[in-house]
Amino acid sequence: MSTATPSPPVVQFIRVTKSFGEIKALNDISFEIYAGEFFSLLGPSGCGKTTTLRLLAGLEQPDEGSGEIRLLGRTVNQARPYERPLSMVFQNYALFPHLSVARNVAFGLEQRKTSRAEIDQRVKRALEMVRLDPDLFGRRMPGQLSGGQRQRVALARALVLEPAILLLDEPLGAIDLKLRKDMQLELKALNKQLGTTFIYVTHDQEEALTMSDRIGVMENARLAQLGTPAEVYENPRTAFVATFIGESNFFQGHATKDSRGEWTARGPGLSFRVPDNPQLENGSEVRVAVRPEWMDLCRPDEVPGAENAVIGTIGDIIYLGETIHVVVSVPQVGKVKVAVRNEGQLLKPLAWKRGEPVAVVWLPEECQVLEAG
Amino acid sequence: MSASWHRRVFRWFSHPGIQAWTLLGPGMFWLIVFFLVPILIMLAYSFMPRGIYGGVDPGFTLEHYARFFDPLYLDVLQRTFLWSVACTVVCLLLGYPVAYLIARPGRWRHLLLLLVVLPFWTSFLVRTFAMIFLLRDTGLINDWLLRLGLTREPLTILYTPAAVMVGLVYGFLPFMILPVYASLEKLDSSLLEAAEVLGARPSARFWRVTLPLSMPGVIAGSLLVFIPALGSFLTPDLLGGGKQMMIGNLVQNQFSAARNWPFGSAASFIVMVLVLVAVLIYLRIRHREPAGALL
Repeated sequence: MSTATPSPPVVQFIRVTKSFGEIKALNDISFEIYAGEFFSLLGPSGCGKTTTLRLLAGLEQPDEGSGEIRLLGRTVNQARPYERPLSMVFQNYALFPHLSVARNVAFGLEQRKTSRAEIDQRVKRALEMVRLDPDLFGRRMPGQLSGGQRQRVALARALVLEPAILLLDEPLGAIDLKLRKDMQLELKALNKQLGTTFIYVTHDQEEALTMSDRIGVMENARLAQLGTPAEVYENPRTAFVATFIGESNFFQGHATKDSRGEWTARGPGLSFRVPDNPQLENGSEVRVAVRPEWMDLCRPDEVPGAENAVIGTIGDIIYLGETIHVVVSVPQVGKVKVAVRNEGQLLKPLAWKRGEPVAVVWLPEECQVLEAG
Repeated sequence: MSASWHRRVFRWFSHPGIQAWTLLGPGMFWLIVFFLVPILIMLAYSFMPRGIYGGVDPGFTLEHYARFFDPLYLDVLQRTFLWSVACTVVCLLLGYPVAYLIARPGRWRHLLLLLVVLPFWTSFLVRTFAMIFLLRDTGLINDWLLRLGLTREPLTILYTPAAVMVGLVYGFLPFMILPVYASLEKLDSSLLEAAEVLGARPSARFWRVTLPLSMPGVIAGSLLVFIPALGSFLTPDLLGGGKQMMIGNLVQNQFSAARNWPFGSAASFIVMVLVLVAVLIYLRIRHREPAGALL
């Protein structure tokens, strides 16, 4: 987070590469995670997020001589999973089918030679923490539980060890939507209540935005962007990030600086002003992303002078409840999607109809200048 | 007309009850004629007086069962049980690691599996004769031992209980390896990873996760080794030199040389009942444990 954290990072990835045969699953990844953070690794399948988690857990080792993984300041490149100060919730929960719920939760404590009395007490507490009645569920076998209950047992089994770091590998993937929303909030609350560092792998951008303090967006074995949910959403560095998290319209053109020091980009069929950015050079190609909900519609002859505008015709109008998406076809540019707030179709119906000419307008500051490539 | 005939037969076959019997029928017929009927004949014989020239005479007697409780035969029974248990234990100790190795992902899996079943391509009798060439005083093993200077005189292995044990283990080892392999191969690798992340060292991981979850294979393998070991007669005959009988030899002897069919039948039945009881007790013990172990 932006607040400076004085304590050293709990997790440090320093230029780590991991290959499976010819294929690089992770390519020169570096990042740090701080104590108590809720950190999400977000990306499409095959981007390397699960590999990152498995490297942290010690289930995979980084390539020979490539980089360093530190946990709590200690280099752990070669350390076995049982030598690491962490615990993990697996994607399929990986509950031991031959052990009861209570024995599953006790498993880690038994490995640590904890006394029987303490084990019983801590197992009970852990089950209560994930809202499972120990008397009711303790003796059940994993096969007798629903998906949501299994997920809770897996969480209790990891949390009972009071680890410094908890790894979660898409733990909510197999749960229905309603329960998933509840569990998201519960996980977030547990993270704050226990002070444990949570590292959460997901491909669901909404989940990542809801829960995380910081998000690492991964693409093709690399870390595409690292930042708070707001930073990543409002200032995506690449086109990939802009489309993977939320939706975006893209415009491109060649940048020129005028006498007042303001930048304008001109491309086929459009011209738009761009906020000053260190990446901009006279004559260079510039690509920007604009979020549909930051744009507005107006009559072509009523465009405010200070705003960027493209003129087109209304295509599809998609009713989504909270918002209404209006797709505008702009000659030479393509389709531009504008999200209009739904203020009630009965009282204030949308003023636009399919086939009508329209201007899409947005402020120059709303252009997110993307990195080349 | 033929179409409607087809349809009628088809409808008749698609009735669930009829369908079940159609599927079961051939197998049931086979088992009744070639398994159940002979067993009932044997049961009847075991209660009938012995015929003078083999076979049986009409009548009813319990003498064959009574005769079995002679210390001479009880000794054979005891030896048979001990050797079968020992054979099962040795097969488990040798076979489990092999199955474990084969079940690990790797290119060699299919080759190793092939090697396990390869012996079945040759008859058991031929393979047992081959063992004689290995084990006898002038056999390969003694040849190596002498050449390496490990012994001065050839060791007597053939025609000792050790030779019988070697032969039994050799014969039944694949029946242990295959079911244990099957259950290890099914083992979800994320369970092993979970155990490790939760703090289990490799040994704890094995005893707490791998072994309990492979118990179905261990049970199946043990039964597949123990039961046929109890009935073996070829191995103790050829490798043990017939010096120390197992029940199988006794039964075979009664039906052939001794021409005492009723006593042979009674001995068979006593072993059958004992096996049945042993297996039931075994399964009952397993049943008390959490349900997962049986799956």
